[in-house]
Amino acid sequence: MSPADLVRVLVEPFTEPIVQRAAAGVVLLGIVGGLAGCWVVLYGLSYAAESLAHGSLPGMVVAVAAGLPLVVGTSGGLLVAAAAIALVARVPALGRDTAVSIVISTMLGLGALLALAPSTPRGLAALLFGDVLGLSTADLAVGVLVAALLAVLLTVFHGRLLAVGFDRESAARLGVRPGLVELLLLVLLGLALVVVVPALGNLLAAAILIGPAATARLVTRRVPSLLAVAVLLAIGCGLAGLEASYQLSTASGATIAATILVVYLLALGRATLRRRSVPPAGSSGPAVR
Amino acid sequence: MQWRRRSAAGSRAARSPGSDEALLCEVADLAVGYPGGPIVLEDVSFAVPAGMLVGVLGPNGGGKSTLLRTLLGDLRPRAGRVVTEGRLGFVPQTDRSRLDYPVSARDVALMGSLTGRAWWRPPGRDDRRATADALAKVGLTELADEPFGELSGGQRQRVLIARALVQDARLLLLDEPFAGLDLPGSDRLLRVLDDLSDDGCSALVAVHDVDQARRWDRVLCLNRRQVAFGEPATILTSRVLELTYGGAITLGGHEVDHLAPTASQRVARPGG
Repeated sequence: MSPADLVRVLVEPFTEPIVQRAAAGVVLLGIVGGLAGCWVVLYGLSYAAESLAHGSLPGMVVAVAAGLPLVVGTSGGLLVAAAAIALVARVPALGRDTAVSIVISTMLGLGALLALAPSTPRGLAALLFGDVLGLSTADLAVGVLVAALLAVLLTVFHGRLLAVGFDRESAARLGVRPGLVELLLLVLLGLALVVVVPALGNLLAAAILIGPAATARLVTRRVPSLLAVAVLLAIGCGLAGLEASYQLSTASGATIAATILVVYLLALGRATLRRRSVPPAGSSGPAVR
Repeated sequence: MQWRRRSAAGSRAARSPGSDEALLCEVADLAVGYPGGPIVLEDVSFAVPAGMLVGVLGPNGGGKSTLLRTLLGDLRPRAGRVVTEGRLGFVPQTDRSRLDYPVSARDVALMGSLTGRAWWRPPGRDDRRATADALAKVGLTELADEPFGELSGGQRQRVLIARALVQDARLLLLDEPFAGLDLPGSDRLLRVLDDLSDDGCSALVAVHDVDQARRWDRVLCLNRRQVAFGEPATILTSRVLELTYGGAITLGGHEVDHLAPTASQRVARPGG
């Protein structure tokens, strides 16, 4: 196959309107997931992000059954899951981790039960694994809105997020209120999930939040470059996954998640090899692979 | 600059009579304890004029951190008065901050500009210049863009001092800054503090090491109460060191009184 043929084969899927729409969706997912994901990873909230994504399943199923937009169901599900975790975590005998896993397995089970009821129209698989190719115009509009909101809020509060993540107590001494900053981050995470969960599904949503950010963490040394690399990686993996799913006729969400994982493993391998061969002082600036 | 009152019993006319130097901190008859607990530090009285470096000496649990936390406003005095002028800059131990966090020395120093900047305002040119100046003052211009976590312990401590300078703090409170530093690192840090004192900054430095304590302008010896305050050459007697570090906490009035040779040196009076 000549290079020109290869390009033609690769470009071909993107001539179809449905794939173009999906590509636009993937770019939005990359921006939202990459931006929010970096702070989620820096604040050690990966587990919370994944749990909240799973916990939104019952809300999504109810929305589908009631004929409401998926975004509405996801937001409702997220709020219920967050409230339930906050409540159960108050039981003194349970640790926070235990509380989270109890709530989340219950919610997942409840969601599956609801989804398997004969009266529920949309298949459980679509909710669990998402449907990048089925994004509506409303979904895309919400995505644009959330991406813009995230970009603005993360820019305005950059200094505060950075200071609290670095050292909570010192940040308070600088006049920053750590509780408010952490609350803001949770709200941003919720916003991001509202966009990411309907597209990538309940089980795979966390992949685009955590994966690109964790990969970017391996190759960058400051937060601005971390954010940029994570967003580019998320978009790149999203588009590559979309392409692969078209060529290989695999599920789009799962293929995107798999691409993200492969890229992370490659970066991890490279970082490990470097650490073994070169002394850390000789490390160069950020590199994108 | 404005005077900030930190205690109910405070008074604005707190300058010592006849002194023409600006005081950055004045503490009188302070007693303090943690909420709901007993009093853990009492009879503390001292004043810090601009440019003075004070070593705060004492055993673990002797009240060094309690004093710093009271000055910072974390703890309310149960009795007595604490007055500070201008902004306080707290310099914590650096092992508490995350060393794997992706920030450069410059990023950390710039955090000082969060103090006194409206939440919606991004750091401006002045903030960046103040950050560069502060890093220059602590001798870290060359390393400004290195990751904070890859600096040595002494360099990290100096970054946090730069952060306090960006805050525009004139009185620095340092919590055991020499812990874990090697000799060159300690010397470098001391020289930085000397330079800052020439610029009119003062510092209260919680320290462990008695030998090093002789290098401060004044030392404040704490052991649940103030044992002594004054010039190290005069007050660091074996008697004071015994009272500071030894088991004896109760002080007899006459035993302490004879250690107070001049009016500028205040010594604890039990029950005062």
